[in-house]
Amino acid sequence: MVSSVILVPALLNGLMTGAVYALVALGLTLIYGVLHIINFAHGALLTAALFAAFFANKLLGIDPYVAALFLAPLFFGIGYALQRFVIGPAAHGEDRNILLVTLGLAVMIENALLYAFRADTRTINLSYAFDVVEIGNSFLAVPRVVAFGVVVAIAALLWFAMRWTDTGKAIRAVAKEKLGAELSGINVAHIYAVTFGLGTACLAVTACLLIPTYYVNPHAGNAFVLIAFTIVVLGGMGSVAGAMLGGLFVGVVESFSGLYLGESLGQIGIFVMFILVLLFRPSGLFGERA
Amino acid sequence: MSRDNLNRRRFLQSTAAAALSAPSIARAQGSAVKVGVLHPVSGALSYSGQQGRIGAQLAIEDINAAGGIKALGGAKIEAVLGDAQSTPDGGNAEVEKMNSAGVAAIVGGYASSICLAASQTAARYNLPYIVDVGVVDSIVTRGLKNTFRFGPGFGVIAKTALDNLVAINDAAGKPAKTVMIVHEDSAFGSGLSKLLNTQLPERGFQVLEVISHPTPTRDFNNVALKVRAQNPDIVIPANYYNEYVLFARTMQQQRVRPKGIYSVLGGAASSYKFVKEFPEAAQYIMDCNHWFDPKNQKALELKKRIDARNEFYTYEVYMNYSCILLLADAIERAGSADRARIIGALENSTFGGHLMPYGPTKFVNGQNQGAAPVNTQVIGNDIQVILPASFASAKAVFPMPRA
Repeated sequence: MVSSVILVPALLNGLMTGAVYALVALGLTLIYGVLHIINFAHGALLTAALFAAFFANKLLGIDPYVAALFLAPLFFGIGYALQRFVIGPAAHGEDRNILLVTLGLAVMIENALLYAFRADTRTINLSYAFDVVEIGNSFLAVPRVVAFGVVVAIAALLWFAMRWTDTGKAIRAVAKEKLGAELSGINVAHIYAVTFGLGTACLAVTACLLIPTYYVNPHAGNAFVLIAFTIVVLGGMGSVAGAMLGGLFVGVVESFSGLYLGESLGQIGIFVMFILVLLFRPSGLFGERA
Repeated sequence: MSRDNLNRRRFLQSTAAAALSAPSIARAQGSAVKVGVLHPVSGALSYSGQQGRIGAQLAIEDINAAGGIKALGGAKIEAVLGDAQSTPDGGNAEVEKMNSAGVAAIVGGYASSICLAASQTAARYNLPYIVDVGVVDSIVTRGLKNTFRFGPGFGVIAKTALDNLVAINDAAGKPAKTVMIVHEDSAFGSGLSKLLNTQLPERGFQVLEVISHPTPTRDFNNVALKVRAQNPDIVIPANYYNEYVLFARTMQQQRVRPKGIYSVLGGAASSYKFVKEFPEAAQYIMDCNHWFDPKNQKALELKKRIDARNEFYTYEVYMNYSCILLLADAIERAGSADRARIIGALENSTFGGHLMPYGPTKFVNGQNQGAAPVNTQVIGNDIQVILPASFASAKAVFPMPRA
């Protein structure tokens, strides 16, 4: 019943959606790779960023893509401060404490947003939200194409920075061998906070890419984090390339399962895959070891 | 209600106060009659809910301005507003609160799933419940004495819609043979699609595919792609406002151009808001839906007032307005705010002062037998009635001209 008229556009749509998933996963996997914790506040921070992008447009009239330029540094600062002054000190050096602190943060942020903005679902209307780019016989929405390009650029930039800059090298050093890094003069608390800040800045960019076509309510971010978690497991914990490819793959799986199983059941494909990866390749595609 | 309102001391205080003031209520002529106004004003259905609330509140204002309930010495109607939060549970919680607030009756619900739950809960307290919109037929076939629906249900709407579709297609020389149905997956969309799916083949249409989706859905690309691949003559969407608009815009974006988009109770298909905001996506969409009587002076005056407030005159507004008038008439004839007597008065209602293009009001098992939908079409920047002929303001444009 399904012909190539559908398959090609569905594949492209999946890749576009997957790119956004990949960016959420990139932040998550970065934090995991260095701090060795799953950041439970990731979804709540994404929601906060969505609200920030929403109000930047609604109140100040700033285009979401422009807003990304100042929201990313702003959220880097928020992430840095959270890790440096809240999560780090509260953890007392124990990983499982960090886990609980981020969980607590998630609950606090979500409920603060719920209290401030009620449960309403909000959207913004942009003139270009329904413009399309024509590729062959598929029509791709402009915001999705933009999102795809931005994500690829950010992933490349991040990869480059990790490889060639001093901070990047320090981050990798801390990730590999914390004690050794500390002995050679790296400020570990600072590097932890920088990493957390980078992860949070990824979320701010994600939010700005999402808001033209997505909606925001106090739980909006959670849907992405569950998927991002799947991607991190699929790609291998802590791997930038794994997050990127995993994200694209999951986007395509979601698009096709939506196509074949119906919109109501679409996301089931992602979680079936999640269970399969855990069963047969727990270290993920790019993971070094379980 | 916040949690601290429920502590023991407050409870005792309030019940003591109520006990003391009760005799004075009985004596005082014209003390207010409380009426529950229940709508989903937050969540996925918030726009429709807010529109419904506007209609109900305007009706209450008008009744009070005209001297209130005369049989009760000019008693004013006092609205007890409730937010069903777009879920059946939210509706139930509000009914409980309204019941303890001592309302005489409840009007509203909007979505079928909310109406089903809320009227059931109201039935436990023998509390009269007037459904404003909810179209699922089981709302009035459960044998609940307290539940009344002024507007038409699925059965009548689907039959009218199919009769009219055949009429429009025949008049154009039968260009359409195949159909695709896109519906949301709660009580409203699923029920409607099931009904259409069995009845369309009997009328000579082939149903190519039925696609369901949840509310909310934020991406209709896959659905639009499927429609494009199947290339049906007619697309029938059955979903709520946000999804309807998104689906119509995605079809436009994906260049899906069937011969006709024919909705049955389309969430946005006959909405002035949709037509104003996205005129291209809305152009030539046909709908079989609730609509006001375009020859009714009161309905046109209300439209002017709504337009002056910069709101849109959507069916939620005039249906709720009509339901409140219906209730006020029943309270008037009951001569009391007593719940059982209001139910009795509703059962015998022949109310004619509403805004709808209905036949004579007569309730059988809670369903108004006079209720009927009309067919509309978006033509230019306006919505015209195309059928039935007695109300029509334009002729149907079908098949859609290619842009």
